[in-house]
Amino acid sequence: MGLKALDYETMNENVKKVQYAVRGELYLRASELQKEGKKIIFTNVGNPHALGQKPLTFPRQVVALCQAPFLLDDPNVGLVFPADAIARAKHYLSLTSGGLGAYSDSRGIPGVRKEVAEFIERRDGYPSDPELIFLTDGASKGVMQILNCIIRGQGDGVLVPVPQYPLYSATISLLGGSLVPYYLEETANWGLDVNNLRESVAQARFKGITVRAMVIINPGNPTGQCLSEANLREILNFCYQENLVLLGDEVYQQNIYQDKRPFISSRKVLMDMGPPISKEVQLVSFHTVSKGYWGECGQRGGYFEMTNIPPKTVDEIYKIASISLSPNVPAQIFMGLMVNPLKPGDVSYDQYVRESKGILESLRRRARIMTDGFNSCKNVVCNFTEGAMYSFPQLRLPPKAIEAAKQAGKVPDVFYCLKLLEATGISTVPGSGFGQKEGVFHLRTTILPAEEDMPEIMSSFKKFNDEFMAQYEDNWNRSRM
Amino acid sequence: ILYCNIGNPQSLGQQPITFFREVLALCDHPAILDKSETQGLFSADSIERAWQILDQIPGRATGAYSHSQGIKGLRDTIAAGIEARDGFPADPNDIFLTDGASPAVHMMMQLLIRSEKDGILCPIPQYPLYSASIALHGGTLVPYYLDEATGWGLEVSELKKQLETSRSKGITVRALVVINPGNPTGQVLAEENQKAIVEFCKQEGLVLLADEVYQENVYVPEKKFHSFKKVSRSMGYGEKDIALVSFQSVSKGYYGECGKRGGYMEVTGFGADVREQIYKVASVNLCSNISGQILASLVMSPPKVGDESYESYSAERDGILLSLARRAKTLEDAFNKLEGVTCNKAEGAMYLFPRIDLPEKAIKAAEAAKKAPDAYYCQRLLAATGIVFVPGSGFGQ
Repeated sequence: MGLKALDYETMNENVKKVQYAVRGELYLRASELQKEGKKIIFTNVGNPHALGQKPLTFPRQVVALCQAPFLLDDPNVGLVFPADAIARAKHYLSLTSGGLGAYSDSRGIPGVRKEVAEFIERRDGYPSDPELIFLTDGASKGVMQILNCIIRGQGDGVLVPVPQYPLYSATISLLGGSLVPYYLEETANWGLDVNNLRESVAQARFKGITVRAMVIINPGNPTGQCLSEANLREILNFCYQENLVLLGDEVYQQNIYQDKRPFISSRKVLMDMGPPISKEVQLVSFHTVSKGYWGECGQRGGYFEMTNIPPKTVDEIYKIASISLSPNVPAQIFMGLMVNPLKPGDVSYDQYVRESKGILESLRRRARIMTDGFNSCKNVVCNFTEGAMYSFPQLRLPPKAIEAAKQAGKVPDVFYCLKLLEATGISTVPGSGFGQKEGVFHLRTTILPAEEDMPEIMSSFKKFNDEFMAQYEDNWNRSRM
Repeated sequence: ILYCNIGNPQSLGQQPITFFREVLALCDHPAILDKSETQGLFSADSIERAWQILDQIPGRATGAYSHSQGIKGLRDTIAAGIEARDGFPADPNDIFLTDGASPAVHMMMQLLIRSEKDGILCPIPQYPLYSASIALHGGTLVPYYLDEATGWGLEVSELKKQLETSRSKGITVRALVVINPGNPTGQVLAEENQKAIVEFCKQEGLVLLADEVYQENVYVPEKKFHSFKKVSRSMGYGEKDIALVSFQSVSKGYYGECGKRGGYMEVTGFGADVREQIYKVASVNLCSNISGQILASLVMSPPKVGDESYESYSAERDGILLSLARRAKTLEDAFNKLEGVTCNKAEGAMYLFPRIDLPEKAIKAAEAAKKAPDAYYCQRLLAATGIVFVPGSGFGQ
């Protein structure tokens, strides 16, 4: 055998550093068990359709027609598709330059970006420029593209919440940058304290890191908290003072389960604050078709909107986007449909509203069921899921459990989650995959299992948890004797 | 404006393959499969194929993130298609479905390039995805020159020469990119040539990155597409002998579904620990778009003789391919008739790459306009005719 150019030793070190627990050890073990015939409930990723949520009917009708435009010429098409879906399909096809099978503009179909801009304007009350909106194959790709522009080397730091969705830590590792953590306060409902931010930045700078950007996930993942307007103002002021680009991950903006803190976009608050801040702070906002009540994860549709980014920089971002030629066209149509939904009077409007409300109301109920369920468990404390799709209960693991984990060569929450998986088939992601304070443990689950399955899942969890806690607390008691 | 800058067939009027679109439409909206009226709108075998595909997707949920390598059943289909094409088995676990072939190329560059000391051998002229990706990942492009005088021939002696030169400069050459059929050059490699390339990679310990997205675009009877996997296996070389990554896409061929962003890489000859890392990187993006995955499986397993849609499918396919072959010839002849222009035959792919012998005065005028000579020519052409070409300097020459 000759020399090998690519083996583990000679691989790019940054790749080796990447960790993405969402599809890491727990998921791989769960998949193994599933192959062996065990029933697994996958709550490791925000993937609604995988847990029985149905796609909304109207967008699927429209995209199916766009896929097969010859149907539009068939006299019988009206027997299977409603008139408004047919009209909308024709509308989107007319916006493309050759149907779904042609590369679009590298930034996305201009007509769809215009619809996104109009959505943003309706939502926030401020005009948005379609030229500063780029459609991407999922929001994740957009995040990677922007971080790629920001991170020049390990001297560049990006402020990331702890806990965070590990796309950020993984991407920063891949790009060879530095993650600058700022801790969310669990006892204050995962609140963001600007003093924590200041401290994090100071520490980073002391180490010689140039802090370049700040990520906020609002509503939070895995934590679910919705930022208040006051909080957003503080953050924007902070970015202004410290000259940071704000990256606003707002993919869960339609997943709000309480009424005290509705979703307010970072951009709206920024514009409300007026000049000079509104003209100075650089903001990139991300959205997707994967979450909300659409849950169309498999389409890979997203966008980012740039605010106060200079034209030359926008040109460079466009240049990088053009290497990938174009985002996938069907997902662009999903995006158009999402931001430009049906109106009262449209044939399919009632069904659309019924389906949408059904999903959102159920998610709200499930958020409550899960939070209460976790809080009823021994040594488990859980903040309410104000938004997004996750529950992130804290597990107060007894010292003996932590010791047992060490013996098994596992991080304590991984140890717990593996045991939970073996006992109940519930596949979660250990809190260490998201980051947490030293010595504090969590797991992340989604609130997505079907409502009718929830009681059984929660009771199955409680049985496992209470037995686990009893087992390791008994041992502890015994050892003290 | 006539856009001839990009291989984007459906933007220039090429029609998609009906059977593929039928299946995709049904998978996009499976609710209609239960309606009897649907049978009046779709062919029976497209309905059957849609059911078959949906049964391979957990919960029939085409809106769910799939396995990060792509839906298992679709990878099985693709592996079977590779085996049918090559006569050598393919493992579905070697397949990574991606949003087009380009992201797969980026993934490999990410793994291979540690610093500017790592070099990747690339053909000149090349499709600039490679130069761009290498630059983005901080590596060094090591050029090897295709020979215009011999129909853009690839000489292993040239590969050796460039390899040695770069090594003497302290570059560690990690991989060899071969685009077959070539872009922009259109040549289809002869099998003997391919064997020599495989041998070279094996000896020098290089990863062979085989861009084979134009595998179904071959226009000359005297040449055939042979995958590098087939060539390697036919030489008796297996997993332990050669590290090979083969890229395929739904964007080209006769299907031309650029906007769908469907493709895959088949990864063979790497250790399990490397494979884990590839999987890990793929998992950060969760998965590629499902519709594109389905299309990739259709491309690698189209209707067969006897299927209800076979006649119309093959008529559409042959219509497109024969037309492409005619257009390749027509344009080649037309370029060769022009003053100061010579053009190699396009044996495959979707491009012509004529050589323009620019007069001295034209080159001076370009300098004065602060443009590369071929960019100056192309700009003048655009202004005069509305035809959009890409200057050769964009590909290397």
